[in-house]
Amino acid sequence: MRHIPAVHAEGLVKSFGDFRAVDGVDLHVDQGEIFGVLGPNGAGKTTMLKMLATLLPIDGGRAEVFGVDVRRDPHRTRQLLGVTGQYASVDENLTANENLWLFGRLQGVSSRASRATAAQLLEQFGLQEAADKPISQFSGGMRRRLDLAASLITRPPLIFLDEPTTGLDPRTRGQMWDTIRELVAGGCTVLLTTQYLDEADQLADRIAVIDRGRKVAEGTPDELKASVGNSTLRLRLTDGADQSVAAGVVRRLLGEDPVLSPESGRMNVALDTADRAADVLISLREAGVGIASVSVDAPTLDEVFLALTGHDTGDSADQSADADKQLEVAR
Amino acid sequence: MTMQMIKQVPVAAPRRLGPEDIAARTTSHNSVRQTVSQTMSMAWRATKKMRRNPEQFFDVTVQPVLFTAMFAYLLGGGMAGSVAAYLPLVIPGILAQTALTACMATGVQLREDMEKGVFDRFKSLPMARIAPLAGPMVADLLRYAIASTLTFLTGIAMGYRPGGGTAGVLLAVALTMVAGWSLAWVFTWVGTLARSAQSVQGISMMIMFPLTFMSNALVPVDTLPGWLAAFVKVNPVSYIVTATRDLANDGDVTAHVGWALVACAAVIAIFAPLSVRGYKRHL
Repeated sequence: MRHIPAVHAEGLVKSFGDFRAVDGVDLHVDQGEIFGVLGPNGAGKTTMLKMLATLLPIDGGRAEVFGVDVRRDPHRTRQLLGVTGQYASVDENLTANENLWLFGRLQGVSSRASRATAAQLLEQFGLQEAADKPISQFSGGMRRRLDLAASLITRPPLIFLDEPTTGLDPRTRGQMWDTIRELVAGGCTVLLTTQYLDEADQLADRIAVIDRGRKVAEGTPDELKASVGNSTLRLRLTDGADQSVAAGVVRRLLGEDPVLSPESGRMNVALDTADRAADVLISLREAGVGIASVSVDAPTLDEVFLALTGHDTGDSADQSADADKQLEVAR
Repeated sequence: MTMQMIKQVPVAAPRRLGPEDIAARTTSHNSVRQTVSQTMSMAWRATKKMRRNPEQFFDVTVQPVLFTAMFAYLLGGGMAGSVAAYLPLVIPGILAQTALTACMATGVQLREDMEKGVFDRFKSLPMARIAPLAGPMVADLLRYAIASTLTFLTGIAMGYRPGGGTAGVLLAVALTMVAGWSLAWVFTWVGTLARSAQSVQGISMMIMFPLTFMSNALVPVDTLPGWLAAFVKVNPVSYIVTATRDLANDGDVTAHVGWALVACAAVIAIFAPLSVRGYKRHL
C-alpha cells in the first residue's frame, strides 16, 4: 500500500495585518508518530495548528492531511482529525455525558451508538463518576480529559493537541502524557504543541522549534538537546568582577564560552554530561574564583532558544527566578 | 487505577492509511439528511441551555402581557374609540412585535455562544455550517409559541373575542412562529457580523424599532403621511400583521397570508446565505 504522510505542509503563511504570525513553515508528520511543535508564547504554534485544522484560512503555502488538500477540501480534512484546544472546547451548559453524546450525533453517529461511545470514553478517562455533572464543576484536569475524549468519538486517525498540559499540576500532566502515548500505541498520529522542552522530550518522536512564525530547528529530542548540551551548570560568582577570569577557565576546560549575565554575576555553562560540573568547579577554585551559589539543571527551553536563535524566549526573568528556586548549594 | 486511568487502548485506527482508506472514510459534503439531523442536534443543545437558564424566557413571558395591556390602554381610546374596539387591531400587532423581540435575542445569544470554546469544536467538526445557526432558531420556536399564546390570553382576559375562533387563533400563532423563525435570520446575520454581544444588541434594536413601529402593527396605515405609508406598505412586518388579523379576527386564509409567507421566504432567501457566509468568515 502506498504510504502517505499524516501532515505535509509547505511554506505555510498566516498574516494578521502586517504581522506574520506564521511565516513560511514546512512541516512533515509521518503516520504513527508524535510530532511536537515547541516554542514560546506567541511563536505561532496555535495559529499553525488552527490553519491545519481548517479553523483559520491559510494565507500562503499549502497543506495536506493524509493527502487531502486542507484548503480545497476542508470538509474531508475535518473528518480525519480531532482537535483538542488550549482552552477546553466543551459546552459549559451540558454535562460530560451530554457533551459527548452531542458531539457524536453531530458527526453522524446514531443516538444509541453515541450513548455507548460516551459511556465507554468516560470510563476510559476516569470520568464516569462525573458523567452527569455540569462541566462548571469540573477541575482543569477533568476538563482537558473530557476535551480529549470529545476528540476521539469518531476515532480520527490524526489528533491535534494544543498545549495539552499547560496549567495542569504535575500528577495530572503525567496522566495526560500516558493518555497521549496510549493513543499512539493504538495507531493514532499526534501533532502537539508545547512550551515545555521536557514535555516534547518525554513525548515526541520529532520536534520542530518555532520562533516568531519561523521554524528554527527540527530533529529528535536528543539532537535538539545536544545543541545546548545535556545539562546546564548555573553559577553565581561572589565577585562579579571575576566573570572574565571564570569565562576564560571554562573556555580552556570545555572549549566553549559560557553564557554570561554581567549585571547579576550569573554564568551558565552548557555541559555534555552533569559529570563535567565537578571539573568546572575544581578549575574555578584553582583559579581563585569565589562562587555564591551553584546548581545543575536540564537545559530549559530558554537555553535551547538562545542557542538556536541568539535571543531568549522573552520571559527569561521567570526562568532565572525558577532557577533560583531550584536546589542551590551555597558555599 | 487513580494514576493509570486508561484501561484499554481508546483508538483502533489502522496502522498505516493509504489514499483508498482516506477516500473510504470521508465524504465530500454533508447530505440534506445529515444537515437536518445536525440542526436538530443543535436545537436539542439549545433547549437544554434554555431549561438551565430559565431567565431566557423572561422576554417572552413578561413582555407580551406588559405590551398588550400597555398599548391597549394607552392607545385604545385615541385610536379606535375604546380599548375593546382597539384590541382586534392591536393584538395581532403585538404578536408580531413580541415575535420580533424574541428573535432579536437569537442574534445576541449566537454572538455570545460563538465566543465560547465549544464553538471552536463545532467549527472543527465536519458538520454543515448552517446547523449551528439554524439549530438554536428551531429551539426558539418554543419561545415564539409561548409569546403568542400569552399575548392572546392577555387579550382575551381584557375582553378580546377573536372572530376567527380557535382555528383562526391557532393559525395566527403558527404564522407568528413562521414569521419569527424567518425574521430571526436577520438578527442571526447581525450576530455573525458584529464584534460583541452588546453591539449585536444595539444594531438589532435599530433594526427592530423601525420594523415594528413603522408598520401597521399599532396604527392604521391610512392615518400616515405618504412617505411613511410607502415604507409601511413594503415592510414585511405589515404583511405578517395583516395576515395575522385576517386569521385571528375573521378566520380567513386570505391572500395576505400568502403574501406574508412570501415575505418570510424572501427574508430567509436573503439572510440565511448571508448568515452562513458571515459565520464562515469568523473561522
